[in-house]
Amino acid sequence: MNAEWLDIGWVDQIPVRGSRTVQVAGGDDIALFRTAEGKVFALLDRCPHKHGRLSQGIVHGGAVSCPLHNWRISLSTGEALGEDKGCTPTVPVKIDGGRVLICRASTLKAAA
Amino acid sequence: MEHSPLSPDADPREHLVVIGNGMAGCRAVEELLARDPDRFRITIFGAEPRVNYNRIMLSPVLAGEKAFDDIVINDAGWYADNGIALVAGDPVVAIDRAAKTVATRGGIVERYDRLLIATGSDPFIIPVPGKDLPGVIAFRDMDDVGTMLAAAEKGGAAVVIGGGLLGLEAAHGLSLRGMKVTVIHLMPTLMERQLDEAAGWLLKQALEARGQTILTGADTAEIVGDGKVEGVKLKDGTLIPADLVVMAVGIRPSTGLARDAGLAVGRGIQVDDYMVTSDPAVLAVGECVEHDGQVYGLVAPLWDMCRSLADGLVEKPTGYRGSVTSTKLKVSGIDVFSAGDFSGGDGCEDIVLRDASRGVYKRVIVRDDRIVGAVLYGDTADGSWYFDLLKKQEDVSDLRDLLIFGQAFAAGGGAADPKAAVAALSDDAEICGCNGVTKGQVVSCIAKGAHSLDAVRGTCKASASCGSCTGLVENLLALTLGDDVQSGPRTICKCTSFGHDDVRREIALQAMRSIPEAMQKLHWATPDGCSSCRPALNYYLLCALPGDYVDDQQSRFVNERLHANIQKDGTYSVVPRMWGGLTNPTELRAIADVVEKYNAPMVKVTGGQRLDIFGIKKEDLPAVWADLGAAGMVSGHAYGKALRTVKTCVGSEWCRFGTQDSTGLGVKIERMSWGSWMPHKFKIAVSGCPRNCAEATIKDFGIVCVDSGYELHVGGNGGIHVRATDLLCKVATEQEAMDYCAAFIQLYREEARYLERTAPWIERVGLEHVKARIVDDAPGREALRARFLHSQSFSQDDPWAQRAEGAEAEHHAPMARFTPQEGGFLKEIRA
Ligand code: SRM
Ligand SMILES: Cc1cc2nc3c(=O)[nH]c(=O)nc-3n(C[C@H](O)[C@H](O)[C@H](O)COP(=O)(O)OP(=O)(O)OC[C@H]3O[C@@H](n4cnc5c(N)ncnc54)[C@H](O)[C@@H]3O)c2cc1C
Ligand code: SF4
Ligand code: FES
Repeated sequence: MNAEWLDIGWVDQIPVRGSRTVQVAGGDDIALFRTAEGKVFALLDRCPHKHGRLSQGIVHGGAVSCPLHNWRISLSTGEALGEDKGCTPTVPVKIDGGRVLICRASTLKAAA
Repeated sequence: MEHSPLSPDADPREHLVVIGNGMAGCRAVEELLARDPDRFRITIFGAEPRVNYNRIMLSPVLAGEKAFDDIVINDAGWYADNGIALVAGDPVVAIDRAAKTVATRGGIVERYDRLLIATGSDPFIIPVPGKDLPGVIAFRDMDDVGTMLAAAEKGGAAVVIGGGLLGLEAAHGLSLRGMKVTVIHLMPTLMERQLDEAAGWLLKQALEARGQTILTGADTAEIVGDGKVEGVKLKDGTLIPADLVVMAVGIRPSTGLARDAGLAVGRGIQVDDYMVTSDPAVLAVGECVEHDGQVYGLVAPLWDMCRSLADGLVEKPTGYRGSVTSTKLKVSGIDVFSAGDFSGGDGCEDIVLRDASRGVYKRVIVRDDRIVGAVLYGDTADGSWYFDLLKKQEDVSDLRDLLIFGQAFAAGGGAADPKAAVAALSDDAEICGCNGVTKGQVVSCIAKGAHSLDAVRGTCKASASCGSCTGLVENLLALTLGDDVQSGPRTICKCTSFGHDDVRREIALQAMRSIPEAMQKLHWATPDGCSSCRPALNYYLLCALPGDYVDDQQSRFVNERLHANIQKDGTYSVVPRMWGGLTNPTELRAIADVVEKYNAPMVKVTGGQRLDIFGIKKEDLPAVWADLGAAGMVSGHAYGKALRTVKTCVGSEWCRFGTQDSTGLGVKIERMSWGSWMPHKFKIAVSGCPRNCAEATIKDFGIVCVDSGYELHVGGNGGIHVRATDLLCKVATEQEAMDYCAAFIQLYREEARYLERTAPWIERVGLEHVKARIVDDAPGREALRARFLHSQSFSQDDPWAQRAEGAEAEHHAPMARFTPQEGGFLKEIRA
């Protein structure tokens, strides 16, 4: 078993311009996003504003618009864009042979 | 095979043996000979029975634009002149590093001092049933081209699996050779590694216009045939007949020999900056190697590798540092270019230019004043310029405003000020290509009082069609008027210079069929829009193409994507329809059971005469819906820009004042109009008498029953700005009331702007307009009603039932679960 990375599934399980989640027992979910360009990002599924589920937002360019009050959050840094201030933790993610891998340590932190 | 000069023992020089007579192997030898022609005795082994040729030109050979002889790089004379022994058509099957020998299938064993592995790549064959049938081939070497040409002789149908560079070139060639070609591509857009969605869409259009069938989002299940290929079956059951199947889904570095010999192999044979493998006597170059974690599938990087390899061999090491690559598609008449990283994202700025009339899309991605990527479609003349700026990491801040117009424009004026550039144009320079309007005409129309973009569009028509000259017209307004420019029409959002009405009009006029198409034709300034314009475009297309348009789920707000209302804690509320506010014991029991079974923390009577169940988890929604569905209940669309509720009062059946059956009419109207998508939410009410207990006069469409018939009221709103309805007219029969209602809804659907309720819409267009269309124009009313009912025939399909049966399960189920306590195992959920 790979100690550093968690294999969570195939890239094509995440819809293009959409997202999926990884449920973390006892913690916040992790949201995985796939942009129109096919890049995959992972963030805690928790808006810095009032904890909206970012995974349920609309993905456009390299950002997601939160479903609750429409803040735009950068997928690569987790920072709120534009006038809004706040940041959602990012989770390192990589693609290997079509599989999506996320960082185990960050996932454990999400559970804590 | 005869190979006389193999072991001239007399030759005292070190022996360099090359495995692979392809592009990189031979190029490496050329580079070496150029530095020191006499240093090594050289032997090249090649699996293919021919001399070295330009593999990338196989596509033109297939297309009939070149013959094999035209693409030979080194003919037999080159090998002879340079004293190189070529063993062609006999692959090497083993390397013995201890003995420093290689052995071929034909039995030749050859000793080396230095070994160079340049075995290229193997085509990836997807492991589906039927992959080994005769007639299933890859596209890699001249033999494959021979097979394709032989098949094309006989005509018939070909299927190309893979819509990347190789697949499309194969498809193009086969189609020119007279075959009926279908391309099957797994991803939603073609060449997704090189092109963004917008360019991919343009490419698909162009190829379809040439007669190819392009199936995107199509997954191959199996190749069928008895003794030879007869067709391809997709996972959705579609069967496509085929006499030839070309698999072009990707390549894998050819590493088998190296792996068996115990060399370090990752994705490719691992090499250092001098192309030396884990064994100092063995080098590797080309597509078979992995350098610094990267493998390459294009020739440009190979040339750099070959240079540093040759430098290393003659002990003047320079070292390879990796490559940035650019791509061009070799399909004549279709110009596509891409380079660098076009994924955009943070800190990146997208500069987009779209010229629909010329079929051009250009996008340059800039980060920290440096170009990091470019995608060009239709006009690739500036590709090499952008690529050069990218590779040199040149600061482009001075060029920023004119960058997208290309090298000639950006370098020409010296002054990189768009206003100055426009000022410098002569009076008869054409500003608007679509309508043939010159600068002089625009300026004179501004002088005559057109002080806004809208006014210019309205008078001389400049910028009124495709909109690509909007920037030029705005600059002319600023030049001519200074501060007196009036702000333009409200655009949908920052992604476009068009307002809602323009977009709707153009969608209809140009018969647009998809969001990428609309974005291209209307010059969207962002690659894939934003959360304001995408839902609007999705609605406009859906309304324009009932039954035809494929809804884009990713362009819907969460509530409409999940068919439930998101709550502040991330759970959902569920409101089943209660027709006209009526219910019965079965429904009430089903709701009570759901509340208990799923531990819903609250259930409440809504202001819309039905019950709302709160606190349901996203994963539980399909199960909740299945339970409600079993009791005959369907979605209430409490979440949608759609018909919400039809409120009723008890009416003539029970009430001592009731004049008509308001309850029954309400139910009939709700049955007619439920499920329809609208610009905004839409509420209806039917009251049985003017006491109006159903509050019909603050609804989008309200009916107040009177003794002599039905008063129809429109444009009411009880929300933020309370507005009482306007009386539209009075009708005599129930049927008329329903017909007028249907026509009114359709007029609203076709004319209102996205997110505009009936109240502000009517304030904007005037009640007279609505009366003229609905009351005065009987045939027009009938046509509106017919269009509404036609569209309803596709939308009255309960979305909850579909989801309960498993449709779009990915919206509900998590992709995986992680439980730290149980040792951190992940459970993958396939959906
Ligand atoms: C549940 C309900 C309140 C209740 O407990 O009674 C409700 C709840 C919400 N209303 Fe409402 N409205 C409800 C009846 C109303 C009514 C009364 C009616 O329909 O007769 C009104 C005034 C009438 C009208 O619309 O003209 C009403 C005017 C609004 C408005 C303001 C609309 C406007 O045009 O100004 C909003 C905001 C919006 O839509 O943008 C809103 C938005 C909302 C949202 C959707 C807010 C949101 O985006 O999350 C609430 C969703 C809660 C949920 O998860 O279910 N709700 N809302 C009622 C559901 C009715 C139903 O059965 O579908
Ligand atoms: C149809 C087509 C179109 C292309 N178009 C482009 C393009 O437009 N632009 C671009 O940059 N790139 C293009 N490419 C990719 C380009 O051709 C490759 O990047 C390049 O050929 C790789 O060179 P190479 O020497 O590593 O591999 P190759 O050229 O494949 O050479 C490897 C050789 O080694 C031989 N070999 C393998 N194993 C053995 C063995 N055990 N013993 C002896 N010989 C062996 C193979 O038979 C082959 O001849 C195209 C490729 C194809 C197939
Ligand atoms: S009135 Fe406000 S708080 Fe109450 S349900 Fe409607 S939107 Fe929510
Ligand atoms: S919770 Fe995300 S914008 Fe408010």
